[in-house]
This record gives sequence, C-alpha cells and structure tokens, in this order.
Amino acid sequence: MEILTQIFSLETLSSTLRMATPLAIAAIGGLYSERSGIINIALEGLMLAGAFIAVVVSYFTGIPWLGLLGALVFGGLFAMIHAVVSIKYHADQVVSGVAINMLAAGGTVFMLNIIFNTSGTSESVNALPYWGPFKPTVYIGLLVVFIAHYVLFKTPFGLRVRSVGEHPHAADSVGIDVEKIRYICVGISGILAGLAGAHLSLGVLDSFREGMTAGRGFIALAAMIFGKWTPFGALGASLLFGFSQAVQIRLQGLGIPTEFVQMIPYIFTIIALAGVIGKSTPPTAIGEPFEKGKR
Amino acid sequence: MGVDKIDIKELAIELLIPLLAIIFSFIIGAIIVYTFGYDPIETYAALLQGAFGNLNRFADTLLAATPLIFTGLAVAFAFRCGLFNIGGEGQLLVGGLAAAWVGTFDGLSVVVHVPLAVLAAAIAGAIWIAIPAVLKAFLGVHEVITTIMMNYIAYAMVAYLSLKVLANPGEIKTPPIEASAYLWRFSNILDIRSYMNLGFILALLVLLFIYYLLWKTTIGYEIRAVGINPDAAEYGGISAPKNIILAMLISGALAGLGGAERTLGLYHYYIQGFSPGYGFTGIAVALLGRNHPFGILLAGILFGALSNGRTFMNMAAGVPIDLVNIIQAIIIFFVAADLIFRQFIPNKSEGGVA
Repeated sequence: MEILTQIFSLETLSSTLRMATPLAIAAIGGLYSERSGIINIALEGLMLAGAFIAVVVSYFTGIPWLGLLGALVFGGLFAMIHAVVSIKYHADQVVSGVAINMLAAGGTVFMLNIIFNTSGTSESVNALPYWGPFKPTVYIGLLVVFIAHYVLFKTPFGLRVRSVGEHPHAADSVGIDVEKIRYICVGISGILAGLAGAHLSLGVLDSFREGMTAGRGFIALAAMIFGKWTPFGALGASLLFGFSQAVQIRLQGLGIPTEFVQMIPYIFTIIALAGVIGKSTPPTAIGEPFEKGKR
Repeated sequence: MGVDKIDIKELAIELLIPLLAIIFSFIIGAIIVYTFGYDPIETYAALLQGAFGNLNRFADTLLAATPLIFTGLAVAFAFRCGLFNIGGEGQLLVGGLAAAWVGTFDGLSVVVHVPLAVLAAAIAGAIWIAIPAVLKAFLGVHEVITTIMMNYIAYAMVAYLSLKVLANPGEIKTPPIEASAYLWRFSNILDIRSYMNLGFILALLVLLFIYYLLWKTTIGYEIRAVGINPDAAEYGGISAPKNIILAMLISGALAGLGGAERTLGLYHYYIQGFSPGYGFTGIAVALLGRNHPFGILLAGILFGALSNGRTFMNMAAGVPIDLVNIIQAIIIFFVAADLIFRQFIPNKSEGGVA
C-alpha cells in the first residue's frame, strides 16, 4: 500500500508530466510528418540539434527565450535536409532519417569541441524560468497537442495533410500541392522536435550534454505509433511512457530492475503494431515518394 | 531488367555514384574544416596517415572495418529481400554478449570453443530479429519500427544481463573469456601491436559465402525474387513469408557475428557500451557498397579507415574526431539521394523517370 501511495504521489505525477513533455512534443512533430506521408525517424537527431542550438544561443545572448526560438528555427531548417532529400530526390526516408541522426550526433559534438572546447558537457547557461510548478515548455507542450488535434482534424489544411498522406494522387488530382504540404509538415516536425530538445537542455537542465536525448526521439516515435497517429493518442502514450520513467527508481525498490521498466515503451509499441490491443496502422502512402502523373 | 542481366551502363552508374558520394562528402568536410580555421589538406593527410601510415595502423583499420563488414552484410542481405534491418545494433550487442558468455565456459578445446561461441553469437542475433521477422512475414508489420524498438529493448537487456547477472558486483564488464575462446591475433606472427584477429578472415569468408548464397543458389534466387516483387514471387510459387523470415534471421545472425568478433577477438570480455553504433554505420556501409558483398568490403574498409585514422587526425591537425561522423552522414545523404547525380546522367531509355 505504501509503495502505491508513493508511486501515485503528487511528486511522481508532476515528474511524469515533465518526462512526458519532450516525448509528446516530438511525437506531435512526428505526427505531422507521417500524416503527410513522410517517415520521420530523425526525431532523435532533430531534438539533439535543437537542444544544442538552444544552449549555444542562450550562451552567446544570455537570453534563454532566444535559445528556445533558435531551437525552433534551426530544428525547422535542419528538417529541411530530410525534406529535400526525401521529397525532391526520392531518397529512402528511413535512410535519410538515419543520416540526420548521425549528422546531429557528430555535428553537436564537433561544435561542442569548437565552441566549448570539450566533448562532454557545455558550460551552464541561463535556463528558462519557472512558471508556477513547471517550466514554460510543459504548458507549451500541452498546447501543441491541442492545436495539433484542431489543425489536423478541424481545418482545411489538416484535411489536406491527411489526404496527402493517404492518397497523394487523389489529392493531386483535386489541385492540392502534395510536395508543398509535405515540406510544410516536415518543417513543422523539425520545429517541434527542436522545441522538445530545448525543453531538455534549457527546461530540465541548463546545459548541453553529448547525446543528451538518449533515445527520447525514438520513445516519441513509439508514442506516436502507440497513440495510433493521433494527437491525443500520442499524448496519452507519452504520459504512460513518462510515468514509467518517473517510477522506475521507485520500482527498483520493489525488486523490479530499472532496465525492465525502460523496455516498456518499446514492448508496448511492438504489441500495438502486432494488433493484440487494437491494431496500429500507419498512413497508407507513408514512405512512398510522390511522382506526379505516375500510377 | 532481369534479375541477373548485367547492364554495362547501369554497372558504371552503380560504381560512379558511390565514388561521387565519397568525393562530394569529403569536399563538404573540407569546407567545414576550413570554416573553423583548420587546414583541410593537413587534416586529410593526417587522416590517411593515421589509417594506413604503417603496417600496424593498416591492421587497425582492418580491425575497425571487421564489425562494419558484418553489420553492412546484415543490412544488405535484408535489403536484397526488400527488407530494412535497422536493428543491427541490437543484434550485434546480444551476439557479443552471447559470445562473451559462452566464452567463459571452461574445459573446452579451441577447435570446439571458438566455433561454439561464434555460433552462439549468430543464434543470439537471429533470435533478436525473430519477432520483427514473424510480425513482418505474417502480419505485414513494418520491420523498420519493430527493429528500432528491438534495439532499445536490447540496450536495456544487455545492460541488465551484463551488469547485474554476468559481471561481478561493481564491475562494468563481464568476467574474461577463457583463452580457448580467443580469436587468434595476427600479432602472434607479425610485428604489430594491433588486435586485428581471425575475425577479419571470418568476415571475408562470410562475405564470400553470402555472395555464393545470394547469386549461386536457389535459396538466394528466391530471396532476391521476393525482394524485387513479393507478389510476383508468390505467383511464381515462391513463398514470400518463408523467405522474409529466412532473410531476416540470416541478417540478424550476420550482425550477431560482428559482436562475436568484438568480444572474442578484440576485448576478451563484454563491456557495456562497446559499440559506437556499428549497427547504424552498417547501414551506411551497405548503401555505399550498393548492397553487394564486394562493395561492402570496400565500404567497410573505408569506414574502418575513417574511424581508425581520426585519432591521429585529431592529434596532428587538431580537428575534433567527430568530423568523421559528419562525413559519414553526408556520404549516406548522397548515396540515398542518388537522384542528385542521376539527374545529370542522360537517360535515353523511353519514358524513363530517372
């Protein structure tokens, strides 16, 4: 009983929300991209780059809000590489995503060496202030989820995004610019992944550490899939995965190794994909380059 | 175009694209280096010297290439069946751990112990891809996502098994393996300090075997047929699910072998975090090698040279070692987006959309 009250304490619940924030934001980013038909396994790298740029801008300007803005802008620009390579040059989107992740991992440490003269942790910079119990990014994250739901399901733009992801040729035939929609969506995914990264480096911490996203981009991907490619689903999955991160230390006290708790998001996602608890199905046209006039 | 028909022009393009990708990536790397005030020529000279400067460094390059050849083959083999195994990293880790565990068995002779430990790694790698394989073959679940998920399950699993089950308390590595499980090192007969070992020779043999399997046997023909068009293959009496599972299990086993070389040949124990991402670099190796065993050998050695030469590059030219990762990533972009180059190649075939 005591352990249960510990697990569901106010402290764990608020830490769940903190842990879930970067997952939910990046998952929504992935959602825009994938709903438009572009696979985005680059969330990890985009987050890492965002986390880094946020710290660098805050370091040079002393203003964390500019760091946050920098992360958004750079995340969007960085994602454009994925967009151009995937959309214009029809590259395999998974391969492009792998390359983005590699470029981010190598590039951030390279620049860490150049700017901070270290391969480990950057200097401490001005971090985002608290707004009540949480950092601003937590509230922004929740807002992002609601906006995504509204945009994707209640606006003409959202309808276009979904139609481009399901039936690009049908969308094209009614005059929708398939490629333009996809560029916008991949750009949004980069902006949001950058925001998620800034939450880690300027919200949770006040510095950049090598590889500090530590797989959160892939947990976000898992949350997006587990949430069946819907904003509220992704939020729910992020909260669940965030909760499992928040309680793993306490569960260790019960004799459950942290490693097993760490596996939970990934095992859940495989089970969801297998259709054991209601099959998770990706958008139909996902991963296919769009070639006008073909088919 | 038929499965086996060799088109001279296509072959030339196949060779040209990786070459252009490498050249352009190194040019971009030079621009980056120059931008931050280093000398590109000095940088690349040091990189080259660090990778091939003497016999010892050359051996170290081949040592660094060995796991990449295995993971590159793993990715390419799955590709040939139309599948993307992005889980090479996890398969390599469980393979390495399995080999390290079997390696600690005592009282076995070398001729039994080495093959047994190597086999254990292959089996562990195959087991680690079995769930994605079955889900793909029977339910059509996309293997990219499931193999990524299996990577992260592997990270947690090997951390648990190596640190909390096999390792002595307080240690971050498993107990050393018995000498009977060591992969023989070239330093036994050559005057080198390198830990280059029989694993490289094993990689060459496996590479030849994969070539033979894919292009000279019915099994390989069926796997490639499914890779080109699963529906047509089924129509022709070839079972797609069977070949998908077979190709993925072999792919996983290949990545597992890469782990065996690390634990049996290089470290002689399993140490947490020993892989800097061999499984992911394997994707780059496979792509650059055009998913062909001989291409993979060359690409593996190139990437091995980059990873081996970077320390000397850092010492001699002062450039951060991570330049190498940036160049690797750019190479992948160029190879993946080969339309960038193809658009400049005149295409005479009718109605061809690049």
